[in-house]
Amino acid sequence: MSRPGTSLDEKGVEPNGDPGVHLPLFTSAHPETTTLLSAYDKDTHTGKVYLAGREYYSEEGKTFELRLVGKIKQQLSADPTLRPEYPPSFGLTEFTRRATEAALGKSSRAVVENRVLGIQTPGFTAAVRLGAELLRHWHDVCPDWCGPVYLSSPCDDSLPGIFQAAGIQDIREYYYWDDRQRDVCLEKLLEDLERAPERSVVVLSASAHYPTGADLSQHQWAVITQLIMRRRLFPFLLLPAQALCSGDLERDAWPVQYCASQGMELLCAQSFSHCFGLYGAAVGHLLCVLKQNCLLSSVRSQADEVVRSLWAEPSVGGAHVVATVLSNPAHLVEWHGEVRRIVERCMLIRNILKERLRLLGTPGCWDHLTQQGGLYCCTGLNGQQVEFLSQRRHVYLLPTGCLNVSAINGRNLDCVAESIHLAAIG
Amino acid sequence: MAAHCLFFTQTEEDWLPFSCDIPLLMAGGLRGKERERTNLLKQCLLCRVAGVQSHQAWKTNPLGDVGLNVLLKTEDPRTQNGSLMARPNKTADMSVFSEVTQAAPVAVFKLTQDFSNDQFPSKVNLGVGAYRTDEGQPWVLPVVKKVEKIIVHDDRLNHEYLPILGLPEFRSSASKIALGDDSPAIQENRVGAVQCLGGTGALKMGAEFLRRFYNGNNNTKTPVYVSAPTWENHNAIFANAGFEDVRAYKYWDTEKRGLDLAGFLGDLESCPEHSIFVLHACAHNPTGIDPTQEQWKMIAEIMMRRNLFVFFDSAYQGFASGSLDKDAWAVRYFVSLGFEMFCAQSFSKNFGLYNERVGNLTVVARDADNLKRILSQMEKIVRTTWSNPPSQGARVVAITLNSPELFTEWKDNVKTMADRVLLMRAQLKAKIQALGTPGTWDHITEQIGMFSFTGLNPKQVEYMVKEKHIYLMASGRINMCGLTTKNIDYVAESIHDAVTKVQ
Repeated sequence: MSRPGTSLDEKGVEPNGDPGVHLPLFTSAHPETTTLLSAYDKDTHTGKVYLAGREYYSEEGKTFELRLVGKIKQQLSADPTLRPEYPPSFGLTEFTRRATEAALGKSSRAVVENRVLGIQTPGFTAAVRLGAELLRHWHDVCPDWCGPVYLSSPCDDSLPGIFQAAGIQDIREYYYWDDRQRDVCLEKLLEDLERAPERSVVVLSASAHYPTGADLSQHQWAVITQLIMRRRLFPFLLLPAQALCSGDLERDAWPVQYCASQGMELLCAQSFSHCFGLYGAAVGHLLCVLKQNCLLSSVRSQADEVVRSLWAEPSVGGAHVVATVLSNPAHLVEWHGEVRRIVERCMLIRNILKERLRLLGTPGCWDHLTQQGGLYCCTGLNGQQVEFLSQRRHVYLLPTGCLNVSAINGRNLDCVAESIHLAAIG
Repeated sequence: MAAHCLFFTQTEEDWLPFSCDIPLLMAGGLRGKERERTNLLKQCLLCRVAGVQSHQAWKTNPLGDVGLNVLLKTEDPRTQNGSLMARPNKTADMSVFSEVTQAAPVAVFKLTQDFSNDQFPSKVNLGVGAYRTDEGQPWVLPVVKKVEKIIVHDDRLNHEYLPILGLPEFRSSASKIALGDDSPAIQENRVGAVQCLGGTGALKMGAEFLRRFYNGNNNTKTPVYVSAPTWENHNAIFANAGFEDVRAYKYWDTEKRGLDLAGFLGDLESCPEHSIFVLHACAHNPTGIDPTQEQWKMIAEIMMRRNLFVFFDSAYQGFASGSLDKDAWAVRYFVSLGFEMFCAQSFSKNFGLYNERVGNLTVVARDADNLKRILSQMEKIVRTTWSNPPSQGARVVAITLNSPELFTEWKDNVKTMADRVLLMRAQLKAKIQALGTPGTWDHITEQIGMFSFTGLNPKQVEYMVKEKHIYLMASGRINMCGLTTKNIDYVAESIHDAVTKVQ
């Protein structure tokens, strides 16, 4: 697991009084190592392909805004009733209402019983960070609860840093993706969680697992939630690209609804960036489902305190757009249409890629390509093979062998398929 | 001791045998009528055993069950495995959040809420921290409206995530605004910036960085000094970044109704070396009193000599005097002395972009190499907080600052706001004095920016709120923007009444 803000050997040197010979205050702040993206940027090969991005890329290889979103932004910019004022610390009420509905469904018992808290956050990372801060502040009985937090193996590599930044140092893994099976290995997952201490937090992907694309089936959710309840673990669900798996917000959030229906309390971090093409707008949401409504007011007041020390209030632009779409049936139809096109394109690419690999006679089983949904997919290639791909074929995958299917298009498909084939046989 | 929340129902099979007494007590109550239930509640052992202060009312849940929510603490092992819980909440065992206490509401927001609920027709809200026109309305700056239209119709806009450190053209132009176009520090390539979620976000990033890398590594014991008084959120931001020792430095002299310079300088001389000081660049919130240039020089001399860290909070540049350069004098002076320092900038007020959260943490480093290292570590901190900042507000500011025409128009808009505040100050003071109100009122025009510390004591403030329906902070702070030509007479008269009638 990566660690944030590493402490390094030298202590900060204290400057003496004369400005001319001041030594810098921050000598221990060392530079970061180059990332995959900068390696790609430096690569001069003309046919290079970057498959490790987070966003949805169109056939032209660009991120784009949904047409509907562009229209709504224009409408909102001409709206005279919008006032330049500080929004509430929890964000726009209409947005949090719709975001909560998108996760829990329209007739959620938890909402009816008024034990749900929804907080708009400036993006997905911020939602996870806020959730982590809340857990650390509030864990009952032991106010200094410091974890552990269990993350899937592999996981979004920024997650450990986020929990650690919130003050939780004990980060562990649970078995998730199995390279040979090319799928989730439930058995080993359950083994790991069985051993987890009580009150551990388990971070689970509700849909479109990043970076593998491998999601849990409904049956697997039933088994896992039983374990969670029995072992008194705390579920923190992730929905970073809600709607991009099935094309429907609520469908993708089924695991959240299921857990809530079991009477569990949970946190859920959501993002609307992908399904609205609102990447620059930082539209995130943290959902908190409590067990009893008598806790709501104190939890809300404490969350307010935490938000104020992080960013005070979120930005409204993107949230306005999302709320406008989600509360208008006509917009919703149009929006669904555009999202469906995205989802279908991803499915198409998966199908084509699998077919190509079959035709090339690539060894191994590639069924998982089409069994999974969403943007991401794990090829099952090992570290060496991934390096081969970037160094010799100029095709960049995540170190875990995962890739973003939307970045594959008509122009690079041949190269990508062939490269994977070569890596697999070589 | 664990806290459990239970849901009793009407049916017998759902008794919860926490101890021998309780089921017996509840047996009659659950099937009895309302009054019997109430009587039983009064005797209920649960309350005494659990220390429960109040029951929630009997209620019917969506399933039609009638029951009572009761919080109790128990060590009874029979309740540990959750299988004895009543329908419908079978898994109602220990909640992670059971011990959460109610936090105190934030004063200024409670004030606004009370104001909203007040029915008095001539009520006045002098507590809010945002600009208002003479009609009492928020104001979209004309230049902002213009630029927003440009953005929304721009087809070539890139819809990707912004870089982690933010929009480059925003960061550089924002830093230039603070430091000046011709700043030698900028020319020496030792000025960088991080786009943040408003001024709060900028302070947060700076605080997180300092905690990790200043005065050692993770030296959470380094004292952080904030002015007495200061914007109340300063404390929370630094405390939550991990600093254990957040203290106050003397600033406001209640009797003189001015700056307690001797106290301030005294604290600078006596504090531990390497302490961090949060300075207000201009338009001090909440007092409105800024040090003069001579006084800033004295402050800077001590800070340099004693190796104290300079962290400016600049939320009102341009808004205070109407001149960007004048309002940035202190920041630029400190930079000219060679300090390595941070300046947290907010564009909420001077651009009216409160809801787009536009902030910038300007970093003045020793040299370009240091700057590079600082920014790379900042990236790591940003990555674990919000990862990529929102683009809208930053775009508006960047486009405005980088176009000579729009820039001029913006400065004009800012001056409009500042001038209105100055006018209200002058008029308020004149009217108060004309009424023959005892005491000195020069501070109203001597203070600068949005806020003024009137000097009214808590009793007088209460009088203003309760009797006159004029809402201001308990500290006596008023927001000049809340004053309009329509309400200024009423406010002046009320202040007169408060001072003469209430001691």
